[in-house]
This record gives sequence, C-alpha cells and structure tokens, in this order.
Amino acid sequence: MTAAASLLDKLWSSHEVLAREDGTSLLWVDRHLVHEGSHHAFAKLAERGAAVAEPELTFAVVDHYAPTRHREHIADPKIRRMIETLRANATQHGLRLFDLMDPAQGIVHVVGPEQGLTLPGLLVNCGDSHTSTHGAFGALAFGIGATEVAHVLATQTVWQKKPAAMRIIVDGKLAEGISAKDIALNWIAKLGSDGARGHAIEYAGSAIRDLSMEGRMTLCNLSIEGGGRFGMVAPDDTTFAYLRGRPFAPTGGAFEKAQEKWQKLHSDEDAIFAKDVSLAAEEIAPTVTWGTSPEQALPVSATLPDPSRLSEEKQKAARDALDYMGLAAGRPIEGTPVDEVFLGSCTNGRIEDLRAAAAVLAGRSAKVPGLVSPGSALVRHQAEQEGLDQIFREAGLEWSASGCSMCVGMNGDIVAPGKRCASSTNRNFRGRQGPGARTHLMSPAMVAAAAVTGTITDVRPLLKGRAL
Amino acid sequence: MAGWTEHQGQAVALPVHNIDTDQLIPARFMSTPRSEGYGQFLLHDLRRLEGGSECPDFPLNRHPQSSILIAGRNFGSGSSREAAVYALVDAGFKAVVAPSFGDIFASNAVNNGLLPALVSEAEIERLMGELNEGGGSAHIHLEHGHIFVGGSEVPFSLDNSWRTKLINGWDDIDLTLQHDLAIEKHKQDRRTTSSWVWPNAEDQNSQVNGSQ
Repeated sequence: MTAAASLLDKLWSSHEVLAREDGTSLLWVDRHLVHEGSHHAFAKLAERGAAVAEPELTFAVVDHYAPTRHREHIADPKIRRMIETLRANATQHGLRLFDLMDPAQGIVHVVGPEQGLTLPGLLVNCGDSHTSTHGAFGALAFGIGATEVAHVLATQTVWQKKPAAMRIIVDGKLAEGISAKDIALNWIAKLGSDGARGHAIEYAGSAIRDLSMEGRMTLCNLSIEGGGRFGMVAPDDTTFAYLRGRPFAPTGGAFEKAQEKWQKLHSDEDAIFAKDVSLAAEEIAPTVTWGTSPEQALPVSATLPDPSRLSEEKQKAARDALDYMGLAAGRPIEGTPVDEVFLGSCTNGRIEDLRAAAAVLAGRSAKVPGLVSPGSALVRHQAEQEGLDQIFREAGLEWSASGCSMCVGMNGDIVAPGKRCASSTNRNFRGRQGPGARTHLMSPAMVAAAAVTGTITDVRPLLKGRAL
Repeated sequence: MAGWTEHQGQAVALPVHNIDTDQLIPARFMSTPRSEGYGQFLLHDLRRLEGGSECPDFPLNRHPQSSILIAGRNFGSGSSREAAVYALVDAGFKAVVAPSFGDIFASNAVNNGLLPALVSEAEIERLMGELNEGGGSAHIHLEHGHIFVGGSEVPFSLDNSWRTKLINGWDDIDLTLQHDLAIEKHKQDRRTTSSWVWPNAEDQNSQVNGSQ
C-alpha cells in the first residue's frame, strides 16, 4: 500500500524532474507568466545570449505599470519605458503579449484564470508573490524572484525545496455579507503574517467548497500575506464549470480526458499535514485591518487594541502602527473617517467583487471619492454589460481601465500622504499605496459601505432588503 | 556572482519585526535600471524624515558603513521583488541575520550572494546587546555557520544547498543545463501522458466566454 498523499505531494511528484541529495527538486514549469517587472530577468537572459526555452508556455501581461486613464498617451517616460521594454522582450522571444489595448488585458492573476491558461495540475510561476492565486484551481503556483524568472525563461524549470503541507479547514456557512476576504484576514490575524511561512496551504472544508472560483482565488491570493508561498484548493465541479470554454483551455474530448485526471487531484483522506487549522465559518465577521501588517486585523465591531495590553513582542509594533495610521488605542474601528476608497487588484478585482460592491452602492451616493479599476478588460466589459459601471458612476466613483493600479501605486495611482483609504487590496504596509498613505484592507462590500458612509462601517445593515 | 566563505565587517541592529520588501525598496524606484545602483533606495522612506532629509537616529544612518544587518522576525516578507535584495547588496550588505525570513526573500538573497542567516530570537537579542549604540564589528564564518559579534559567538542555520551555493557563487542556469536530457525526457513524458497541459491555440476555442 502506498502512503497517503496530500494534494501538494501529488502536484509535486508530477513536476519533479529530479531530486538532489540535499533535498532540492528541479521542477518542470507548465506556465510562466511575465510582466513589466520581469525586465531584470530578461536582461539576465540577454547577458547570456539565451532564448526563452518554451515561448509556447510563456505569457506576458502589462499590468503593474498599466495606466488606468489615458492609455493612448503615457506621459511618464519611466512608465512608458517599462511597458515598451516588455513589448520588445515579448516580440524578440515570440511571446503572446496581453498588451495595453488588448481586449483581454488585465492583472496577470486575473488574466491567467480568465483565459484558461491556469488549469488544475499545472505548475504556474510568475515573478509576483500573489501567484498563489492560481492555486485556487488545484495548481502548484508560487511567486519567484527575478533570478528565478530568468532561470525559468532559460530552462522552463525551477529549483525548489518542498514546503511542508498545511491545511486550513473552514466548515459551516458564511453569513450574508461575509466573503473570502474576511476568511483570509481572519486566519492571518489568528496565525500571524508569518503563520504559514515554509508551508503550502491547502484550503478545505464545506465553506471553501461553497466558494465560487472568484472567492477561492481571493483566498489563495492572500496566502502570502500569512507567509505561505503556496495556497491551493482541490478542483471540483465548480472549477470544471469555470474552465469549460475558456480560450486556452482544452476543448471537447481533451477537456473530458483532462477532467478525469483533475478529479484525482485531492488530498487522500488520511494524508498528513504538518499544521492543521480549523475555523468556523459562522464565527467570521466583516474584518478590517487597522495597522501596517495584514495580521493587524479585527472584526469591524471591535475596538482598536491598547498596546499596553498586548504581549511585549507586539507592543512596539502596535504603537508604531497606530501612530502611522493616526489612530487612538481603545477607540472603536467602526466610524473611523476615510478620505477615499479603492476597488480592484488581483485580490478583489473580479466580476463577483464588483457585483458585491455594486449591490451596496446601487441607488446610493459615495461620501468620499474613489477609484474602481476592474481586474481585467474582460471584467470591465462584463461589468458594463451588467450596468455595474453605471452604479459606480452614479454613486460618484471613477470607473477606470484595468491594472494593478492603486494596490501598488506603480502606475501613478496613489493615495496622498496622510490620507486614509478603504481598499479591497492585499497589503496595508507603510507606504504601499503611496508614501505616507494609510490603508485599511477589507472586502469589496465593506469598501462600498465605507464609500456610502465616509467611514469604516459594518456592511451588513446596508444589505438589508437588497437582492445579492 | 562571486562565492565567499568568510566576511569581516560592521554589523548594525534594526530591532523591528516584519520589515517587508515594500520597506526595503518602495515600488516607485523599481523602474530604475540596475546599473544605476539600488543602494540609494534601501529602506528609503523609513530612514528619512517627512521633508526628505535623513533621520539622524535611524540605525543605518548612524552606521553607514555596515555590511551585516541584524533584524527582527519575518524579515523580507511580502512582495517577491528581488530589488529588495539588490538594494541591500548595492548598499554593501553581505548578510542579514534574523529569527525568520520571508520565503521568497530568502531564496532571492541566496541568488545574489547575500546570506540570510537564521538565529534564534534569544541569540538575536544577545548579538544586539553586544553592539555599541547599535553598531560594531562582526565576523561571519559561512562554512562553520557562526557569527561573532563582540565577545559572543552565535551559530546560525542555513539550508545546506544554500550554503554550498553561496560558497561557490554558482549560477543555477549553468547547473541546470547539465540536466538538459532529464528535462527533455520529463517534457516528452508530460506531452505523452498529459497533452492537455499545452495551451490550446486561442482561435480553436470559439466560445470565448470571458468572465462568468
């Protein structure tokens, strides 16, 4: 009898070209996604005079620097140069490029799944830490640095030590207005921003099964904020239904054949996990961050922590964070005035996220300005077909083109120093949204609630009597 | 990348947990070509006051010649930007000593000859205690896995494969190309058993359904 295998074990062994005596494996890469930030890696390749080993498996996306307004004339020469460099590299190596004006352009972690480039059982690499997103399909997906990107470009393989397996089980039913974002902020607050360091997380349990693909992607995306380089969900009928008919996905008989294989991609019943964590879905409330690390998160009904009551280790960090955020210890989080809102990012820029925000905003006005940047041009198109753009515009928010935008600020969309932003993004680090910017992470519905009231607000009362 | 076995230099303490890579180098500097040097961007916003002048109390400003950084838990968490390592390396750093590192940061560090040395929280405190006003001379012995600061000698952990790589200054691509036959065989096997892995040509799939 063979030993019980985890999903991680199964994915790992199917990609292992060889294992060195020191325990490092050489893994075959099925999909390599590159973006403007990959310029260092292409430069390394050029230094060696090397070609991209598998152009057919390599896809380029303009996202990190993509302007969300006035795409035709990019004023900033640095931004223009970053995009032109990617274009030149994609052309030179014969890569399919999702360029600025491509009807399928968008954020790399939105485009991959949307195009059916992301499939169960694949190994997906990208020079971006949120590559864990693709694990939502039962893929082995992880972010890598520029040297590793150059290595994948040159060899279509990556050296990696196998992480330990970790499982987060969420059973039960999420209450209305609670989403995958709240699950993620919840476990990160409990386990810490390095709670999953060295581990590959598998999300399981009935609440995870009930999530849409969009929700699973949000959850896997945020794995890295808890220190996990990998996040994954075993594929099921929800996964297969999402994939059928996607542009690059297998078709007809090939799809059926693939699906037979995909159905075996789950952890065996008695598989062993180095870490096992359980959460009850019913206990998860709308969650917001108050500090400068994703672990500094609390239910919206809570009060801001009093540093003197925290463990010695956390005191200084909490004091510094409250100071940076301009918040007073012991006060309720709810009611904190915000200066602006942002909806978008690879975490929460998908159609379901925009629908959730629109459900709150419909027929209401935003008290503060805000930007909505759909995760891709296709999400944007879909949202316009559904009239969501009208809801956002009528509420007073700006409806823009897609890209990483105000999540990372590289394209010039930033929050001004000292300003407070309710944001559907993934990092509340100091200066992440711009120097001195104060970020509160929350779900898209909660961002919409903050827009409507101009303060951090529990979204649930605003959803009463509304069809979701 | 040049290999190394021992390093003698100045250590500086940065007693803060969760220094993320956005702090190590803010995103707005990342479009700069590497040839211009990334050392100027290291911890850019943390080491400056609001007006842009250097904050005199910041450890790295007080000890500008440092090459060994002793830091808190979860150093280099967050974004996979290798530019965070470039900023450290270009500023003259050879090693970061901390109780834990972000997984991606640590492998990026090793790929650039920067040692991510793991030392327990208690030993970190001991090392910091040896420093005079947050700075002091230090010595690292890579092969034996020890760091010496003042009168203290503290062992550090490092994955064996990473130790070998740092000592030899190996380039992974050269190593990997020696396995080209094994890679080709894996590829052909995958083609045979799992042809669905190769992406469908875009135009074969007429039913483009975008976002559901």
